[in-house]
Amino acid sequence: MAKSFRGGVHPDDRKRYTASKAIEVAPIPEKVIIPVRQHIGAPCSPIVKVGDLVKKGQVIAEAQAFVSSPIHASTSGKVVELAEYPHPVFGACMSVVIESDGQDEWVEGLPLQRDWKTLEATEIKEIIRQTGMVGMGGATFPTHVKMAPPAEKPIHTFILNAAECEPFLTADHRVMLEQSERIVTGMQIAMKVLGVNKGYIGIEENKPDAIAVMNKACTGIAGIEVVSLQTKYPQGAEKTLIGVICGTDVPSGGLPMDVGVVVQNVGTVVAIADAVEKGIPLIERVTTVTGGAISQPKNLLLRIGTTFAQAVTLCGGFNEVPVKVIMGGPMMGMAQRTLDVPIIKGTSGILALSETDVNVGPERPCIRCGRCVEACPMGLVPSMLSILAERDAYAVAKEEYDLLDCVECGSCVYVCPAKRNIVHYIKLSKAQNAAMAAKK
Amino acid sequence: MSIEAKTKIEIDNLMVSASPHIRCDESISKIMWSVNAALAPAALFSIFNFGMPAFINFAVCIVAAVVTEYLILKWQNKPMVIGDGSAFLTGLLLAMNIPATLPWYMPLAGSIFAIAVAKHTMGGLGFNIFNPALIGRAFILASWPIAMTTWPISRDMVGKVDGLTSATPLGILKLQGYEKLVASFGDQATMYKSLFLGERAGSMGETSAILLLLGGIYLIYKGYIKWQVPVIMIGTVGALTAAFGGDPLFHMMSGGLILGAFYMATDMVTIPITTKGQIIFAVGAGALTVLIRLQGGYPEGVCYAILLMNCVTPLIDRLVRPVKYGARR
Repeated sequence: MAKSFRGGVHPDDRKRYTASKAIEVAPIPEKVIIPVRQHIGAPCSPIVKVGDLVKKGQVIAEAQAFVSSPIHASTSGKVVELAEYPHPVFGACMSVVIESDGQDEWVEGLPLQRDWKTLEATEIKEIIRQTGMVGMGGATFPTHVKMAPPAEKPIHTFILNAAECEPFLTADHRVMLEQSERIVTGMQIAMKVLGVNKGYIGIEENKPDAIAVMNKACTGIAGIEVVSLQTKYPQGAEKTLIGVICGTDVPSGGLPMDVGVVVQNVGTVVAIADAVEKGIPLIERVTTVTGGAISQPKNLLLRIGTTFAQAVTLCGGFNEVPVKVIMGGPMMGMAQRTLDVPIIKGTSGILALSETDVNVGPERPCIRCGRCVEACPMGLVPSMLSILAERDAYAVAKEEYDLLDCVECGSCVYVCPAKRNIVHYIKLSKAQNAAMAAKK
Repeated sequence: MSIEAKTKIEIDNLMVSASPHIRCDESISKIMWSVNAALAPAALFSIFNFGMPAFINFAVCIVAAVVTEYLILKWQNKPMVIGDGSAFLTGLLLAMNIPATLPWYMPLAGSIFAIAVAKHTMGGLGFNIFNPALIGRAFILASWPIAMTTWPISRDMVGKVDGLTSATPLGILKLQGYEKLVASFGDQATMYKSLFLGERAGSMGETSAILLLLGGIYLIYKGYIKWQVPVIMIGTVGALTAAFGGDPLFHMMSGGLILGAFYMATDMVTIPITTKGQIIFAVGAGALTVLIRLQGGYPEGVCYAILLMNCVTPLIDRLVRPVKYGARR
C-alpha cells in the first residue's frame, strides 16, 4: 500500500503528452536574457559591462548576502545590454543580455574532474554556493542555505522530492529515467554535506518505470530507499511529503529542519552532482513544455535565459490560441503576461493552456459545500479564509483561521464548484497581514 | 501560419491570475440539478398518487420560486443565475413538504416567502441561515394551520377509508395511539409495507420511502451529500424512539423524516461545513424530531428540528474545526 496523507485532490495528470518523450537538447539560442535575480533572497548585481565578452559558466552577477545565489553566463558571447526585462516571477528584473557567438565556449578550467569523496563538507558547500545552486522545483531557495542548517537543528534525514505531483510536468520523471545514477550521486553528496545516513526518494505511483529505475540505481547503496507514494496532489508539497515519509509533521510556522529533514528536488541533486564532480554551474535545466495549446509537447534541456517564445517555437508553436501561459505546473505555477520572459533556474515547466484546460467560469458565492475543507492537506477551512478576505477581515483570518499555515497548493480552488479564487484571497490576506505588521 | 506567427498570436490577451490554473468540472448548477433529478422520481410518484392537485401545486411552487428569484436578481442588478437550479430546488422541495390539497395561493405565498425572505434578505444563495423550503413550509403552516394539516388520501386508499381526507399515520398515532394506528393499516406488516412504498396520507413528496432512498443513494454516490447525515439522523430517531418505548421502524419511515434527512438536513448552505459538525447536526436534528413527535403538540417534528439545528450551525462551525496538519501525531 503506497503511503498517503489526509486531503488532496485527483486532477487528471495529463502527463501522457510528454512522459514517454526523451529529453531533447535545445540548440544554443542566438540571444539569452539572464535575470540577476533567479532565487529567493537578495538580488545580485551584474559584474559585467555592455561589450564584455563572456564565456559559458562565467559569473556575471553576484551578491554579498548569504541568502542569495550567483548567476552565470549560460553560453559564450558578447554582453549587448544590461536592462530591465520581463521576469516570470518578479514582473521585471535587471537582466544581462548575451548575444551568443555560437562557439559555446567554456570558461577556463571547466569542466573539471573531481572526486566528491575526497572533498570536505565545507568545501562542497562552498562549491554549491559558487555554482549558483537553487531549488529547481520552482521555489528557488538557495541550496547552500538549505544545506547549512544551524547547529541547534540536527538533520537526520534527507528526502529527494521525486513525487512530481503537479499535473502535466514530466521533467523530473525523465531525469529519473535517463540520469538515475547522477541522481544517486547527487544525493550521496548532499547526504555527506548534511552528515546524514538516511535518505529517501519519494516517487508517486503513477511513475512505475521511474520507481523501478531508481530502485535499480540504489541497489548496493546503503541508506537510500525508494518510497512509493499514492498518486494524489499535493503529494510533493514539502510538508505533506515529510509527513508521509517520516511520519512526523512539520510544526506550524516551522521548517523541515525543525523535524530534522532536508528536502531537495530531483533537478537540484543532479545539478549538485555536476557542480561538485565537474565544476559546472547551474546554467541549464530540463523543462517540460506542454499544455493543450502546444503543438508538440516536449521535455527540453534549455539554457537559462532562453525565452518562453523560443522554447514554444522549439515545440512547433501553438496549435490553438493559449488562454494562459504558466511557468511551472498548473496548480502552483505562475501565470505569465508575455512570452518574452526567460527560463530561469526554477522553470520546471512552460504550460500553454487552452480554453478547455482552464475552466474558470464566473466566481459565485460560497455554498459551503465543504469540498475545500476535505481537500485541504493542511486541515484548514479555505472557504472561510476566502469569505474573511472578501470582508477585509485579514487579521481574523490569521488569528482564528490559521491563514499562515496555508501552503497555497490550490487543492481548494481545484474542487470548488463556485469557482472561487480562494488562493488569490489567501495571498491577498497574507500580504495585508504583512503590511499591517510592517506598519507597527 | 508560420511557426513565428503562431508563437506571436494573441499573446497580448493572456489571462493572468493567481494559481491554480486548472479546475474540476463541478459547478453549482451541476450540484443543484442533480439534487432536482434525485427528487424527480418521488415527485412524479406524488403526482401519480395525488393527481391533478399535486401537479398544480408542484407547478405553482416551482414557477413562483424561479420567478421571484428572477425579479429580485433583476431588481438588485445581480448576475442572472436562475438557471443554476437552486430556486427550482427550493420550489420543488417546498412542494414536497405540503399536502396536495392546498389551494394554489397558499403554496404561492409560501414559495415567494421562501425565496424573497428566507433566501434573499440574507443575501441570496450561500448566505441564508435557514433552509428556504422549510421556512416556506413553516410560513404556510403558521398562516393556514388547518389546510396544512388536512391530508388527502392516496390513490390506493380510495374506497378503503371513509371520505377523501385522512390523518397522517403520525397524526393517528398522536391522537389515537399505536393500536389504532396499526388497525388503520390492517396489521403491522402491511403498515411497514405501505410506509415503504408510499401508500399513505402525507405531504406530496414524503410518502414514498423507497423512491426518496433511491434518490438519496444517487446523491451519496455522486458525492453531493455525505452518507453520515441521513444515516445518523434517521438512526438517532430510531434509537431514541426505541429507548422511549415507541416503534422505531414506524418512526423511521413515517412523516417527513426520510425526505428531511436526505434532502434538507444535507442542504450544504445551512448545515455545518465539516463532517464532524454535520454528524453533530444530524444527531441534534434526530433528537429534536423525536422530542417534538413524542412530547410536543405537533405530530411531526422534522421541519422544526432541522430549522432549529440551522440556528446553531454557525456555532458548530466555530467550535468544530478540521484536524490541522501537525496536530495528528
